[in-house]
Amino acid sequence: MSGEAARKACARLDLADLGFDRGAHMLVARALSGIGVGETLDVCGRAPALGVHLRAWCRQMGHPFQTLGDDSEIGGDIVARIARGDVEIKRWAGAQRAGHPDRDRDDAVSEHPAPRWGLAARGALVEDSAPAFSFGIDHKHVVWTEEAPRLYAQAAAAQWDPATAIPWDAPFDIPDDVEDAIVQVMTYLVENETAALLVPARFLAQMHPHFREILQLLAIQAADEARHIEVFTRRALLRREVLGLSTAGGQASLKTLVDEPDFALAMFLLSVLGEGTFLALLWFLHRNAPDPVTREVTKLAAQDEARHVAFGLAHLSRHAELDKTLHARLALAVEQRHEALMQTAGLNSEVFDALVLLAAGEFSPEAIERGYQAVMTLQQEMDVGRRKRLAKLGFDDAEAERLSALHTRNFM
Amino acid sequence: MAETLLMGAVAYDPKVVTIWDGFKVYFAEQGLDFDFVLYSNYERQVEAHFGGHFHVAWNSPLAWLQAERFAKRAGRAAHAIAMRDTDRDLTSVVIVRDDSTIKSVNDLAGKKVGVGAADSPQATLIPLLHLAEAGVTPHDDFEVVRFDVDLGKHGDHVGGERDAAKALLDGRVDAACLIDANHLGFSKEGTLPSGATRVLAQTKPYDHCNFTVLDGAIEDARIKRFRELLLGMSYDDPKVRPLLDLEGLKVWKDGRTEGYALLEAAIDRFGTIEDFLAGLGKRCM
Repeated sequence: MSGEAARKACARLDLADLGFDRGAHMLVARALSGIGVGETLDVCGRAPALGVHLRAWCRQMGHPFQTLGDDSEIGGDIVARIARGDVEIKRWAGAQRAGHPDRDRDDAVSEHPAPRWGLAARGALVEDSAPAFSFGIDHKHVVWTEEAPRLYAQAAAAQWDPATAIPWDAPFDIPDDVEDAIVQVMTYLVENETAALLVPARFLAQMHPHFREILQLLAIQAADEARHIEVFTRRALLRREVLGLSTAGGQASLKTLVDEPDFALAMFLLSVLGEGTFLALLWFLHRNAPDPVTREVTKLAAQDEARHVAFGLAHLSRHAELDKTLHARLALAVEQRHEALMQTAGLNSEVFDALVLLAAGEFSPEAIERGYQAVMTLQQEMDVGRRKRLAKLGFDDAEAERLSALHTRNFM
Repeated sequence: MAETLLMGAVAYDPKVVTIWDGFKVYFAEQGLDFDFVLYSNYERQVEAHFGGHFHVAWNSPLAWLQAERFAKRAGRAAHAIAMRDTDRDLTSVVIVRDDSTIKSVNDLAGKKVGVGAADSPQATLIPLLHLAEAGVTPHDDFEVVRFDVDLGKHGDHVGGERDAAKALLDGRVDAACLIDANHLGFSKEGTLPSGATRVLAQTKPYDHCNFTVLDGAIEDARIKRFRELLLGMSYDDPKVRPLLDLEGLKVWKDGRTEGYALLEAAIDRFGTIEDFLAGLGKRCM
């Protein structure tokens, strides 16, 4: 090829005054990506160290480099003639798309995402030498529900600010006994909500981020519980300087939740049975609240908990459809928890009595009897709710009744 | 010698352990029993190589010349069997502050020139040779200010060049010598702000590290297999790519020795390795 013909065949890039100390590599890389491997590019420019830097950059990036003096065909204002190497093509040769961001596509969410997809955004092109992560919860059937995006959007829209959503300064006047009962109930709620924060948070860290919508939902669920812990604590301390009692039996019951290592079983015990039961409790407290602050914190918490229950029901229903062994495992989990807690006291009597007093409103025999009856009714409502939710998961009536009866007496 | 193929390398940085551990796993998967021994400096490594402590050395260019020259004196032979693509055709530069009155190499007369470690081919020996051949003799015509970081590591540690570059900006020296890739790197990371320095001179291209074997080892089946595995490593293999990235190459190339001519001229001119060779001769011959 004559010198003239070679010049014509060669792509050309003029960097003007731009040097590699100010971003010239971007223009060079872009120009190289526009030519074939092995084809050449003449680079012109006036930046003082251009030749030095271009040579070093080409060596680092695997692009062959010829200097001005090396080839008589190169001349004029051309600093160097470089060729496109194949390193970038080789780097991405084995890369894989990590599903697709649009969850409505059939190929969007993988049944078993690769460990190497790691933290990559769903739909990103992942280099095949990325390190393998150890996410233990990495099967779609265990976690997924089509409801997740809707529930997440609902949760994101329903986030409330504890500082402004509660009428902290509203005036009220209630008897000391009733205030003490409120403090005890709030103390109990805080430790239960702490368990409800830790359980999803623990699984969140083990879940493959490919299941983005589930990750988001668990994260916002944990954030919900963080707010509940705050407002219950603040209500307890509104008129008192010390909190109430935390019993061994109550903590033993919650410890069985926190210790459960299996995602499906833990979320079943927590969301479907525990938070489901709590829904009835929170609405009971809302109805019987002696003051506007208690009334509001329990209402807002109940609204959040309803979403947590809905998520638990949704993913476990799908899981149970795909895995016929799940029902037996869920039932066994309830039985084992019951066995483990058989010798414990269950709901502490201080909490039970506090609930009676809140429903009674005062310490007269008639009022206490009325309050006692209200708590009995609450427990029946809790049982009915649990059976209904168990039926939604596909348990028959008799099994739902049996399992509901075995649920912890500590409610959560 | 044991069945295991043993390689000697210098631990110029903690990442050296990660690199060769990775290669060890890769070679094992390919059926090659490979292990490595780390030395704190190249002189110890070269001596150990002649002492038969291992089979193949990952040598700096200066260590290669130490081995090659000693082999000749001892009636033995050294062979460069492989090198990185990035070991080929490096250049070094001599830079000055952009506002400096130094416009040509001759203007360095009476000035202070910052260099890397005394045994650094790229930041000391080759650029000083370039200046000497261009008409200004180190020590006689200008003061050489050394930035010795980790002597014995032959400039593998980037610290000396970084210190020289900082000294140039601070005005403690009038010029500084460094490898072209570090000039690019320091410019990109901001150690050398854009427009703050000017390239006064650039050396001819030269080569850097290689795998060195001695005498008949080049015919050893394990060495042949080792070389074959190296040259067969491909950047599109996800198992191999992280190792290549760590060691700073895209592909292994055949060893070649003509790229050491500049360094040979430098050590001849400055007598850099004579004492070492004499000492080694007393101990090993």
